[in-house]
Amino acid sequence: MEIFKADVVIVGGGGAGLRAAIAVAESDPKLKIALVSKVYPMRSHTVAAEGGAAGVKKPTDSLDYHFHDTVGGGDWLCEQDVVEYFVKQAPVELTQLEHWGCPWSRTEDGHVNVRAFGGMKIERTWFAADKSGFHILHTLFQTSIKYPSIKRFDEYFCVDLLEEDGRVQGVVAIEMGTGKFTMIEGKSVIIATGGAGRVFRESTLGGIVTGDGMALAFRHGVALRDMEFVQYHPTCMPITGLLFTEACRGEGGYLVNKDGYRYLQDYGLGPLQDKPKNKYMELGPRDRLSQAFWYEKQKGRTIEHPVLGSVVHLDLRHLGEAYLRERLPLIYEMAETFMGIDPAKDMIPVRAGVHYTMGGIKVDGKCAASLPGLYAIGECSSVGIHGANRLGSNSLTEIVVFGKLAGDEAAKHAKSVAPGNSASLLKQAQAIEERIMALKTKTGGTERISVIRKEMAQSMEDGCGIFRTESTMQATCDKLAELRERFKNINLDDKSSVWNTDWLMAVELDYQLDVAQTMAHSAINRRESRGAHQRLDGPNEAYKQRDDVNFLKHSEAYYVPGGAPRIALGDVKITKSQPEVRAYGAAGEKADAERKASHV
Amino acid sequence: MSEQKIIEIEVLRYKPESDEAPHSEVYKVPFTDDMSVLQGAQYIKDNFDGSLTFRWSCRMAICGSCGMMINGIPKLSCETFLRDYYPNRISIEALAHFPIEKDLVVDLSGFIEKLESIQPYIIPKEPRTIEQGEYIQSPEEFNRYIQFTSCINCTLCYAACPQFGLNPDFIGPGAMALLHRYNMDSRDGAAEQRMELVASEEGVYNCSAVGYCSEVCPKHVDPASAVNINKANAAKDYFLRFLSPKGGSK
Repeated sequence: MEIFKADVVIVGGGGAGLRAAIAVAESDPKLKIALVSKVYPMRSHTVAAEGGAAGVKKPTDSLDYHFHDTVGGGDWLCEQDVVEYFVKQAPVELTQLEHWGCPWSRTEDGHVNVRAFGGMKIERTWFAADKSGFHILHTLFQTSIKYPSIKRFDEYFCVDLLEEDGRVQGVVAIEMGTGKFTMIEGKSVIIATGGAGRVFRESTLGGIVTGDGMALAFRHGVALRDMEFVQYHPTCMPITGLLFTEACRGEGGYLVNKDGYRYLQDYGLGPLQDKPKNKYMELGPRDRLSQAFWYEKQKGRTIEHPVLGSVVHLDLRHLGEAYLRERLPLIYEMAETFMGIDPAKDMIPVRAGVHYTMGGIKVDGKCAASLPGLYAIGECSSVGIHGANRLGSNSLTEIVVFGKLAGDEAAKHAKSVAPGNSASLLKQAQAIEERIMALKTKTGGTERISVIRKEMAQSMEDGCGIFRTESTMQATCDKLAELRERFKNINLDDKSSVWNTDWLMAVELDYQLDVAQTMAHSAINRRESRGAHQRLDGPNEAYKQRDDVNFLKHSEAYYVPGGAPRIALGDVKITKSQPEVRAYGAAGEKADAERKASHV
Repeated sequence: MSEQKIIEIEVLRYKPESDEAPHSEVYKVPFTDDMSVLQGAQYIKDNFDGSLTFRWSCRMAICGSCGMMINGIPKLSCETFLRDYYPNRISIEALAHFPIEKDLVVDLSGFIEKLESIQPYIIPKEPRTIEQGEYIQSPEEFNRYIQFTSCINCTLCYAACPQFGLNPDFIGPGAMALLHRYNMDSRDGAAEQRMELVASEEGVYNCSAVGYCSEVCPKHVDPASAVNINKANAAKDYFLRFLSPKGGSK
């Protein structure tokens, strides 16, 4: 087995992992950094983020506004002290990206421009046309090349963490091009592997978004927090799930039903506005908009397309071709290429699709997990800023704010602890190699991994979709238990060593089944409705309401070998915003005014 | 449009541990009109042969993973559709000019080394602190480089470039476009440092101005123009060096 000794190991080379690597390199150039990624870093799914990154910019805005939008948007399930840190650091980190060359879109006078986004009171979303994630990722990747202490392990697939003496001490990874195992020792390990949305069927996500890092931490006893909160994005391409950014609505797009009616005015987001108005209509938060789509479908007011199924229309026509080409060039091309639609002339059929995992590896405000030396950042983590519903454009900011913080913290930790015992770590690594190899070499199985994967994704959509009931969630829990059993009976077509993606996808599926179980079991345990977790059942339909008495709590899922996860409840940190009715549109504005008056 | 048809996909297969040379296999794939070539390959992997190997991720032409030769032309398989080839057979192969590692996966390490060699980061003309805020860039300054930021590193341009086919050390269109992007950025002050590479043996003079790189670029970066502007710059720099010992790349 190959051995590499690092001080800090980072698993995941997307925006968060790269930002952390740069932070470690800048904090102490003597620290050796191993950046492990199953794809070349610029392929990471940060690349697909479109709309932008939130950070206070305008003189009319304030950190306090950003705080309240985020906490209210998260239905009060946020860690408020962490949100305070986040909004304060946001403009700092976005400016840092500018200094590194990120081509933010600009105003005529040469300053960085900001656009409107859902659930945000003031325009504060920094954007690079509609390819913000792409530009952030390439800027960070290219900047990372400057630092010789960052040793990249591109196309290395991480299969386990090394744990000894009660702390994490490195990882084991497979070099995909050869199938060979490598042990990478490290005194700190940062997990930055992104979300897990591919456990669902119709999603905006790339094939790599399989929750690997979440499962790695989970199996080492670290809690996965708030996993039931899965964000449906309201405007996705039917069938493929590809994303039409919220910026379509930030720039003035409408959502209409089969009668051409802007239906959001019926769901507490009105009254109707001609021009985009913050926190009104199409600029409401994602959970509310996706739920409104579901209700429209129940009412028979969606368009029933013979091939695409139930859809509503995203109408951008009134914005005109020139403006669309400038502000939304990727969206324009996607509509043309994938759907044969000219968005300046025709409306785009869309529906809600899975987009983001609000929950993740439970970490404190310094990104540290319960296992000493282990950190988590970005979508795979739950640092506590998204609560029950993430606001669009908070997650791109999250990866840089907490990437920086975790890098600094991991560097400090690495300098404070002694190196591990390489000989005993190697023994552990060899046992891991044997276990992972067995998955490939075993014979006599009958199950295809593609079949199990599809059944899992269908079951998650059926049971843990936009609206949930006890019986549908129970059916999903049962199905996942069945698939866990059937997974033991898989058979791979490919038994070779070089580039064996059949094998790696089996390891991913193993991760996905764990993560799917944490979602389904956390969901069935939460007997209320909050943010992205909406129920239709309960005695007298009681679970349709938010229940702050019993469930102003985080869900924490713990690994139980061979069984379903154990779910516990944890406290929520509240500093200055007590839970209120979550209102948008005119009702939201009235509530804001009343709150202000009562503070005088 | 939903009617299911069958298309023949001919795949150039290569398993380095058991095959002496690449060979073709034909699969009959049921498809609908919305299906991409990538989805065709996924169908084969899921249903016929899990050992078929290819890179992919985002499915929306932005991650740059899924390039392949489709009927001999370098394309992103996620935004190329089976319907446009039906009823004829469609052939897919690994990207030209790169060593094949397995099936449709090529060795990209050479490209990555080139990308790393061009200093693809801002080397500030005037360093700035965070407290000083962002650099100011006028629309003219912004427009000078923005087009060259769109490269997704898909390497289709390398598969199209006849000169890269002849000389694998040629820095090539994609990396040169990225170099140009930083040179043209008003925040950067290191054009002179990068000139050495531009004018070197691996540099712009390898280009024979065929322009096929720009034709296949899925993001309209126009790497050919970046290469050719730098040819002119390198020539100018060469002559100015005779006149001034400091050189003239500014």
